[in-house]
Order: sequence, then C-alpha cells, then structure tokens
Amino acid sequence: MSATHALRPAPAEVPTSAPVGGAGLRPHVTIRGLSKRFGEAVIYDKFDLDIPRGELISVFGPNGCGKSTLINMIAGLIPLDEGQVLFDGMLLSEIKFGYVFQNYREALFPWLRAFDNIAYPLKLAGVGKSERRAQVEKLVARLGVRLDLNKYPYQMSGGQQQLVSIMRALVVEPEILFLDEPFSALDYEMTLFMREQLQKLFIETKTTTVLVSHDLEEAVYLADRVLLLSRYPARVADFVRYDGARPRTDVTLSDPDFVRTKAHCLEVFQREVRRA
Amino acid sequence: MKRLEPFLPVVGVIGLLAVWSIAVHSGFVDPVLLPPPKAAFDALVKGMGGVLGFDFVRTVERTVWATLIAAVIAIPLGIVLGSSERLYRSLEFVIDFFRSTPASAMFPLFLVLFGVGDKTKISVAAFGAMLVILFNVAYGVMNARKTRLLAAKVMGASRLRVLFDVMLLESLPQTFVGLRNGVSLALVIIVVAEMFIGSQDGIGHSVFEAQQLFEMPRMYAAIFAAGALGYGLNLLFLLIERRFVHWSGR
Repeated sequence: MSATHALRPAPAEVPTSAPVGGAGLRPHVTIRGLSKRFGEAVIYDKFDLDIPRGELISVFGPNGCGKSTLINMIAGLIPLDEGQVLFDGMLLSEIKFGYVFQNYREALFPWLRAFDNIAYPLKLAGVGKSERRAQVEKLVARLGVRLDLNKYPYQMSGGQQQLVSIMRALVVEPEILFLDEPFSALDYEMTLFMREQLQKLFIETKTTTVLVSHDLEEAVYLADRVLLLSRYPARVADFVRYDGARPRTDVTLSDPDFVRTKAHCLEVFQREVRRA
Repeated sequence: MKRLEPFLPVVGVIGLLAVWSIAVHSGFVDPVLLPPPKAAFDALVKGMGGVLGFDFVRTVERTVWATLIAAVIAIPLGIVLGSSERLYRSLEFVIDFFRSTPASAMFPLFLVLFGVGDKTKISVAAFGAMLVILFNVAYGVMNARKTRLLAAKVMGASRLRVLFDVMLLESLPQTFVGLRNGVSLALVIIVVAEMFIGSQDGIGHSVFEAQQLFEMPRMYAAIFAAGALGYGLNLLFLLIERRFVHWSGR
C-alpha cells in the first residue's frame, strides 16, 4: 500500500486518494516491478501499482502511453518482460476474470447466437448445457437487460453487441473485469447509454473493474479512482479519488466536486503531455 | 418501374437471343455454322432426354468425384498448413507454383500413372481443384481475426479449442471461395479431358463428337448443357454457403 503512496507525486489541493485499502482491506491486485519494452521503446520500467478491491478504476493518459498495454499485461493478453502481477496473492491462471475488447465486432463469434456467445466461457469451463442456460438467464435477469438473445451479433446494433460482449465477460462471475476503451467504437448516443449500463452493472455487482478510457469526462464520471499515467516509460502521475455518490447522472457532470476533480485530472494530464 | 427490377437479368438473355436470331436470319452468318436459336434449343431438349442427358450425368459424376477427393484432402491439409504460418511459408512456393501450372499440362503424366480412363480424368481435375481449395483454406485459417483468437484465449480456451471453435469457423467463408473456384476448375479439366483423352461419354465428348460429325445444333446444345452445369454447380455452392456460413461478409 505504501508503494502506491511513495510513487504518487505530492497531491494537489484536490482531495486525492486515501491510501488504497485504507479501510483495512487488502488491495485486490498488486503489481510489482513491471517492465515492458517494444523494440527500443521502454513502455514500463519497474512499475508498481495497487488496485483496490471492489472499485472502478479508470485508466487515463497521453496517447500511446501504454494504457491498453497495462490492462493487457494484467489480463495476460501480452507477456510481461519482468515483474509480477498477483490477485489476492494468486496468479492470473488461478482466478476468474473478464475482458471486454474495444472491437466488439471482431471479439464476438458471428457463428453463434448472442445467447451462445454469452454462454461460451461457461462451455469452456465444462458447464453442462442446462446449467449454462440457467446461468445466462440469471445474469440477464440480474442486469435487467432487454435484448433478443436469439439474434446473431451481426443482426444487432453496435451497442447491443458490446453489451453482449460485456455479458460474456460477466457470466463467469469474474473477480475482476477489464474493459479496453469499450465504448470508443460506438456513436455518442449509444456511448451515453452504455455508460449507464456499465454503471448500473457495477453498482449491481461491485466487481473490481479496470476501464481504459480516452475520454476524461467518462473516466471521472464512471470511476472511484482515476489512474493518470505519464508518457512512457509510464509512471503513476496521479491516482485521483472521486467519491461522487452513485448512481451518477447528468447532474453529476455539473457537481462542483466532479468539476474540480476533472479539472485536476486535466491539469495533471497536460503537465504530463508538456513534459515530453 | 420498381416491380420490374427482378426481371432485369432476363434482359441480357433476350438481347443475346435477338442478336443471334438477327445474325442468322439476315444471312450475316452461315446458318450451317450458327443454326437458329430454335434449332439449338430443340437439340438441347431432345438431347437431354437421350444421349446428351447421359453425357451430362457422366460429367456431373466425374466433377463431383474430383471435387470431393480434392476437398477431403485439401481441407484438413489447409487447416494444418494455415495454423502454422512457418509451415505454410515453407511450402508456399511449391503450392503457388503448381497452382499456377495449367492442370492440362499434367495430363500426360497422369496418363502414365493411371492409364486411359476415368481415373486419369478425375485425378487431374482433383489435383487442380485441390491446390485451389488448399490455398484458400490455408489463407482463411491464417487470416482468422486476431482479436477473436485472443478473445477465445483470454476466456481460457486451449490451443485445440481455439483451432476447432474459432479458426475452423473463421476459415469457412474463405473455404467456400476455394470450393466454388475448385469445382469450376474441376469442371473445366473434366470437359477438356472428355474431349481429348479417349472418352466414350461426357459433355466434352458430346461437344467434340458433334463437331466432328458437323451436327451444329447438337454441338451448341452440348455447349449450353456445359454452361448450365457450371452455373448450377456454382449456384449450389453459394446456396450451401448461405445456409451454413450465414455470417459470411457481415
């Protein structure tokens, strides 16, 4: 816990994060000594981070700083050069997690109906057919989603497809959920709708969630904490807490605390951009 | 106007028949070389009920066998080659070389191997079709969307599951492209083989024999039968594709 603290630059006057796990909870994910290079470029060099349990963390930073690389490494999509990522002291292979891709069109299986797409991770886990059906139906009921799951992905709108994609990630009841710019391929109307869906879902499940976003307003609006990264080699530029009550609405966007937090994040971001 | 749109394809057919009739009746073309459409059509109807019909069935049989053999060999092989980029790259030149070699140039070799008969015709056609199918299947597997493979992997799918649950299905649209090209090529090779490699039947034999006997309406009838067969086979594969690879191109 102190590691995060030590890495954080002197907090600005905005009420930034309390120490992670301050309530006596252990952090959910501990990242230690993470290093990654792509050719000559050092993206991460001995990077440390603690991700608190049951919170929604937005990751924001300059273009190409390695936002997606970070969650891809945590989720095991790309290998680390060095370092260690532990989930409650366990390895990735020992836990259940969900991952949502930016490109839903290429992440879903077009030969399966939406229902079978959602049930696919259960099938991989060896869950029987009737049990799969029961679990998907339970998830649908819990999320209150109104979708015709007999459709094929290509018969659905972009937002619906991404919703199916998120449900596929949630069906295994993951301990942690990763989303890589999940709404950036959607039009604005659908993006707003999907933000609400994600928030509802988070309130409902309280699953530790790591969301990469390229939209600062979205990052703050959805987050309990915003992880601001520097240009590569990426450091934690700030790990800003935002306590706005949920469910957050349009009113939240003009709430002084929200505005202040967002302004602070922007300031840190611009400082990091100029540093180059 | 909108209601007439389904009939647009007929316009070309009517146009062709009109040009043909005018060419014959104006005396512009020797009616012995180009009989009137009606004579060719009558020969087609009469022939399909008799000898030409039998020849048609023989050609279908050979083409189906050739395509079937080609598919049975090429699809599994293509999947194996496609799932290992290194393996494919090391064989790519050989495949491309023989794919570019006119299959008809292989006739003498296959004649030595299999003698005069159906075996030679079918095996040359299968050889040609196989390379086309192989190439397409391998490319279909290799070009499987990386995100989709990654998605399966991140959900915990083993390599074998990824192969069967994702790669195989991802390659299906391209496999059907290969099958359609393969069956067309097989038909071309079979018809040529029926003309020139001591054949007693088949559409190719029918065209050749009619020409030798100077029975022009019968020759045109046989040509149209070959055309209809080629078009029909292509259409058949398209329909199968639409049924089983419903996501293709979406």
